[in-house]
Amino acid sequence: MIEMKDVYKQYSNGVMAANGFNVHIKQGEFVYVVGPSGAGKSTFIKMMYREERPSKGDIIVNGINLAKLKNSRVPYLRRNVGVVFQDFKLLPSLTIYENIAFALEVIEEHPKQIKKRVMEVLDLVGLKHKARMLPNELSGGEQQRVSIARSIVNTPKLVIADEPTGNLDPETSWDIMNILEDISNRGTTVIMATHNREIVNTIKHRVIAIENGRIVRDEQRGDYGYES
Amino acid sequence: MKARTYGRHLRESFKSIGRNGWMTFASVSAVTVTLLLVGVFMVLMLNMNKVATDIEKDVEVRVLLEIGTEKAQVEEIDKKINQISGVESVEYSSKEEELQNLVKDLGDDFRLFEQDNPLYDVFIVKAEDPRDTGKIAAEVSKYEGVNEALYGEAKIERLFNVLEMSRNVGLVLIIGLLFTAMFLISNTIKITIVARRREIEIMKLVGATNWFVRWPFILEGLWLGILGSIIPIALVTTGYYYAYEFIKPKLQNHFIQILDFTPFIYQVNGLILLMGCLIGAWGSFMSVRKFLKV
Repeated sequence: MIEMKDVYKQYSNGVMAANGFNVHIKQGEFVYVVGPSGAGKSTFIKMMYREERPSKGDIIVNGINLAKLKNSRVPYLRRNVGVVFQDFKLLPSLTIYENIAFALEVIEEHPKQIKKRVMEVLDLVGLKHKARMLPNELSGGEQQRVSIARSIVNTPKLVIADEPTGNLDPETSWDIMNILEDISNRGTTVIMATHNREIVNTIKHRVIAIENGRIVRDEQRGDYGYES
Repeated sequence: MKARTYGRHLRESFKSIGRNGWMTFASVSAVTVTLLLVGVFMVLMLNMNKVATDIEKDVEVRVLLEIGTEKAQVEEIDKKINQISGVESVEYSSKEEELQNLVKDLGDDFRLFEQDNPLYDVFIVKAEDPRDTGKIAAEVSKYEGVNEALYGEAKIERLFNVLEMSRNVGLVLIIGLLFTAMFLISNTIKITIVARRREIEIMKLVGATNWFVRWPFILEGLWLGILGSIIPIALVTTGYYYAYEFIKPKLQNHFIQILDFTPFIYQVNGLILLMGCLIGAWGSFMSVRKFLKV
């Protein structure tokens, strides 16, 4: 599913954010990525959907080598990868329904299909009744659920979540985790960068710890491992 | 891309024009002013060009033959002139014909001279390239039996220089203006794009292709260009209509003519519209470029 081989990334300001990543992630796995801020978590994640390109090494996602992928092919890669952000990235002028439908419109999905899929994912995240509201009429947790719904609406094989609970209170965070678990149980690979120690230690999954651009720990059913 | 998608791009581009009302107004006015200037310049330049060609066409060498030159020698001179390189045509006109022309141009008073015609028999020589006129005249004046070879000399040469220079200056000005307009449109659209940066980012993250993102902006630029060319087209058309009505009667039977109202004005309007579209579309294409790198 995902394979990184000797991946290095140096930014133009000289920072080495990736210092030889070697990782193999199987289809359907749930992986936490932990580590202090600025350790290279975001780079690790951004390279998987080609927001960043590695300086050296190969990254293979769904059988495609991202290091060699042409810019013009990147959109087609992203149609198989859902991304969830800490700040939700919803469009404030569109309703919840429109925000999710947007992801299908830009890939030119058939209107009938769009309606069906959007209602399905809204049902999945339990927000069907709020479809016509605007994002700022919803709570943070609800907005994040919309963002997750958008990320899975085109049935990707991989969902990447960059600190999805970072802006949410503990209780709402559990709701979000339930949804991500749900997605994972359907066979989708989920990779989640997080600072939430409680979640990592409670819902046990594989943990990859990154420090100074290196993977310092990679264990199945691991712990958060940092004092917070 | 599917037809349905083009429908979406169209809707999006119109929406954006409405949403950015003041910016739309600003860039449309910028395009309007530029295209108006370009249009006026173009009309002036093309007419100047026409006048220049008319004058050039009218430039000729009049070879005056000595009175009493033998017929054989006249034929000899005719042959020799024809052999000079760059000569387009040689026409013989006897002094009787010359007088008739004079009477036609200047009035019946000149019929007096029919008793004792003071004119010369002439050859009227035209050069292929009007700029060679001087050289040809100099050559011909050396021939035996030729009294004088006349042409406008210095005056004509100065005219050619002035025409040449004003053509170049006009061209530079037009190009400069077009670039300014392109820059203005590109800046306006950049502002509307900055406001929609997030939208573009999300589009790219969920897998929209670059062209999918670009199309609405390019269409928007196109509309701005078309809107901006409406007033210039209207003003140039009415302006030229009145100028034409005013000037045309004064140039009756004159060898200098300005360009006819049609089809000239359609061509100019077509060009103005085309330039509006091009600067609009190209301007927005340039400004979206930067924002596509997500």
